[in-house]
Amino acid sequence: MIQINNISKSYKGRSILNDVSFTFETGKTNLIIGESGSGKTTLIRCMIGLSEPDSGEVLFNGRSFYKIDSDQQKEIRKEIGMLFQGGALFDSKTVEENVMFPLSMLTDLSYAERQERANFCLNRVKIENANTLYPSEISGGMKKRVAIARAIAVQPKYLFCDEPNSGLDPKTSIVIDNLIKEITEEYDITTIVITHDMNSVIEMGDNIMFIYKGIKWWSGAKSAILKTDNAEVNDFVYAAEFMKNVKSKL
Amino acid sequence: MSFFFHFGRYFLLMKRAFAKPEKLSVYKERIIEEIYILGLGSLTIVSIISIFIGAVITIQSAFSFTNPFIPLYAVGVAMRDSMILEFSPTILSLILAGKVGSSIASEIGTMRSSEQIDALEIMGINSAGYLISPKIVASLLFNPILIIYSMFLGIVGGYLFGIATGVVTNYEYIYGITYDFKPFNVTYALIKSEVFAFIIASVPAYYGYYVKGGSLSIGLSSTKAVVYTSILILTFDLILTQLLMS
Repeated sequence: MIQINNISKSYKGRSILNDVSFTFETGKTNLIIGESGSGKTTLIRCMIGLSEPDSGEVLFNGRSFYKIDSDQQKEIRKEIGMLFQGGALFDSKTVEENVMFPLSMLTDLSYAERQERANFCLNRVKIENANTLYPSEISGGMKKRVAIARAIAVQPKYLFCDEPNSGLDPKTSIVIDNLIKEITEEYDITTIVITHDMNSVIEMGDNIMFIYKGIKWWSGAKSAILKTDNAEVNDFVYAAEFMKNVKSKL
Repeated sequence: MSFFFHFGRYFLLMKRAFAKPEKLSVYKERIIEEIYILGLGSLTIVSIISIFIGAVITIQSAFSFTNPFIPLYAVGVAMRDSMILEFSPTILSLILAGKVGSSIASEIGTMRSSEQIDALEIMGINSAGYLISPKIVASLLFNPILIIYSMFLGIVGGYLFGIATGVVTNYEYIYGITYDFKPFNVTYALIKSEVFAFIIASVPAYYGYYVKGGSLSIGLSSTKAVVYTSILILTFDLILTQLLMS
């Protein structure tokens, strides 16, 4: 479980996040949704220690990330898997080497054991016959899947995904969404996904936080978000014409 | 203020780069990779430039020494001292600052903008240590070899072209390059090459590591890296020459 308490962050005098508190539950896919520029990515960066909040705390199973020393922070980071928007695969390494990389750096496994684990993770995300290819030689959807394989290679307790569907076609998006949901349940991890894709919200939103202008505006489950009276949430959820049709049938 | 900001941030980055490595075996592999990329990858350009500059210095010296009281073996002396004292350690380092420096800045800059550095940090890996220290160590190990190699090729180039063009004889050239040879000059050149090696790898790494933005910023930071590396090489050339030769 990850708990954030009263997180605030400003940049060059402009408030990005204002007093945001939330609890991200274990074994569930927790979604952070909101318009572009609402502070979602800043929040996730504060949570994983890439950007320190001005105030507030982030608790990983009770351990306050910004109140412990750098060695202890490192230990928490080893429990985090992260799926970046662009995949962030290492260009100079092959698909297999990318997945083996965290194992090489963070474990004492032998080469054969690392290779076996990497292949297991690649099979889990349904990547086949691509071990020797470089990231520049695979599609966007495959990059995302390899990035998921890399993220789960060290069996993380927390999985962060920053817009996992950006740049993907609807069919591949659903594959990625399902994969994230399956992995979350299978390994009983705390998954946090940033998205503004309503398909993802409906597919996997166990626990949703809606951020509006840096403030936690609404929270609830996917069933509740479609029926809420909150005007800003409705503007976001029913922005598309087809969603308006869905609403009329509810 | 900007100078002090960059100065302080550079030293903090170097402190992080040389922090205790997570896994020594992985770092050793990285150093070998970097020697291959930064060192062996520069052999061709170093060879071409050294041979041609050696030849040009020999021919120019021969045409400059028109005074009959200056013996022709002075061409060999001038050639040897130019190559050992200045061309190989300094000018070649300036060329490497362009080739290697821009490659380091753009490689690390691209990794920053494509979130690969963030990915390393989130894995709990010291990104500065993993990316920068192997480049610096590789540069420190291989640069002196490149410099010695350049000295040798420059002298060979001078000999071949000097003889081929007839500006100097075989005997005079060989006599010149061995006349009053001071081994300390080579030590001086190697000390300079080590200092320059550190600058060539660390300054561009600093500019790449702190890139903000996309491809335009990477290009700008790569240019800045080459400019500041060159200025620092020339500044340290002056300081080291004053310290070691006076």
